Amino acid sequence: MSSTAAGRAGATPSVTPALFVAGLHKSFGQLEVLQGIDLTVAQHEVVCLIGASGSGKSTLLRCVNLLEPIDAGRIVVAGEEITAPGVDVNRIRRRIGIVFQAFNLFPHMSVLDNVTLAPRKVLRHAPAEAADRALALLERFGLADKRAEFPDRLSGGQQQRVAIVRALAMEPELLLLDEVTSALDPELVAEVLAVIRELARGGMTMLIATHEMGFARDIANRVCFLDAGRILEEGPPEQIFRAPRAERTQRFLQRVMEAGRL
Amino acid sequence: MFSRVGPLDSGDLINIGPSGGPPRVRGRQPTVLRSTFVALVSTVVVFGILVWITVNAPGWADVQASFFSATVFSNAFPDIAAAFWVNIQLFAIAEVLTLVLALVLAVLRSLPGPVFFPLRFLATIYADIFRAVPGVLVIYILGFGIPGLGLPGIPTDPFPYAVIALTLIYSAYVSEVYRAGIESVHPSQEAAARSLGLSRLQALRYVILPQAVRRVIPPLLNDFIGLQKDTVLVSYIGVVEIFRQSQITQQAKFNYTPYMATALVFIAVTIPLARLTDVLVQRDRRRAAASSR
Repeated sequence: MSSTAAGRAGATPSVTPALFVAGLHKSFGQLEVLQGIDLTVAQHEVVCLIGASGSGKSTLLRCVNLLEPIDAGRIVVAGEEITAPGVDVNRIRRRIGIVFQAFNLFPHMSVLDNVTLAPRKVLRHAPAEAADRALALLERFGLADKRAEFPDRLSGGQQQRVAIVRALAMEPELLLLDEVTSALDPELVAEVLAVIRELARGGMTMLIATHEMGFARDIANRVCFLDAGRILEEGPPEQIFRAPRAERTQRFLQRVMEAGRL
Repeated sequence: MFSRVGPLDSGDLINIGPSGGPPRVRGRQPTVLRSTFVALVSTVVVFGILVWITVNAPGWADVQASFFSATVFSNAFPDIAAAFWVNIQLFAIAEVLTLVLALVLAVLRSLPGPVFFPLRFLATIYADIFRAVPGVLVIYILGFGIPGLGLPGIPTDPFPYAVIALTLIYSAYVSEVYRAGIESVHPSQEAAARSLGLSRLQALRYVILPQAVRRVIPPLLNDFIGLQKDTVLVSYIGVVEIFRQSQITQQAKFNYTPYMATALVFIAVTIPLARLTDVLVQRDRRRAAASSR
């Protein structure tokens, strides 16, 4: 195990998991993207989802954040079943942050407004209080000087860091990261990964879909290999990357290695 | 993204950015001068021929007297310009009401889910009907029909009916413009807003509409040029506005020059608005090009 993952404070699972998913099915028309996902993420745990494009990683994250209605199964966040009928989705989403591959910043707002919008409108924080908290976060991630800029004036790496800060401003219990470096130029990937490492050190519970195998090996407490809508294999990173059991995992990692990504 | 698909023309100097470099600009300058010259000459020739044909036509002397009389023009113009104030009022009130009503209609049509089907359905029917029926008929039906009901307390002055009719007609068109704007905002923007815990209405209010409205300002202005001109239609229900005033003058003097004066007034107010629209479209194009680099 790498030093980062080993050094993390709260890697011991507590009694109530941060996230518990059981028998999750999701179809788009004829295509069954998720075919029965069972997954548990402990408090302060970092779980990485790996697998080929189309294996269901992004769909799983979008289902956990209730951005996609599910067909069958249960999703429980910190003991509360969020897939139960009549649940207030807006209240649930406040507790779960998500960062997208394409940043999805609001282009008509400054960096500061992007970050403070939800605290002001959802948490009803006073504008000054929201701005203070946002500035502290921007400061922490080296973005304070960009507070007045609009997203189209920022590099991809800066935009993605702002998107992470925007999600953090809601103080989520669980952070979902959906291939957050896939749309970035190679030289901008490191600054975003550094932010995520910093979050992991701070004990943030994270579920991360990623193609960055080196990063996954480095940061994850546990790695899940998704194949055709199922978790085919899961385990500590050193086991998954050094001694994968399933033949499909071996082939996937072989291809990744040939592409020079591991 | 390529915002232009057609071939470059002489007006494309703006596209020669820093990447073009000095040699390219030097190479193009004679071409620009030459095409300006060609455009000038061809314009002068074409209009010269048209004017020549017109003034040499057998009936030109009569037409000139009844359409281009300087005396009639200078006598009629103050009244006509004063009557245009009514058009400005019609236009200004109807425009504000249209912006609000159309936005409500567009939002109703974009509501998802089976619960809102009746509202979506009504808004759709509204847009269909008021785009199908010729505007003059709407003005007639409201302007003569409603006062004809003889309900107590209902105004007999045609002005309010004129404003309502214009608002109803143009809201149908403008709601389509808004709707196109709402649909042009990528769904990922709503996903991002909702993922932060904003409600559907909050996402619409703070994230989607501000982007949608900004994008549709040029087509909105286009519709308002139409509204501005269609204010003359309400003359049919007895509002004395610029067109009715020029009719009155025409019938008093047996001369059509007042209509030419009216046309001039509309040209004077419409052309600046049309140019403003062009400027905004250009600005949007440049922005789209800049943000897709």
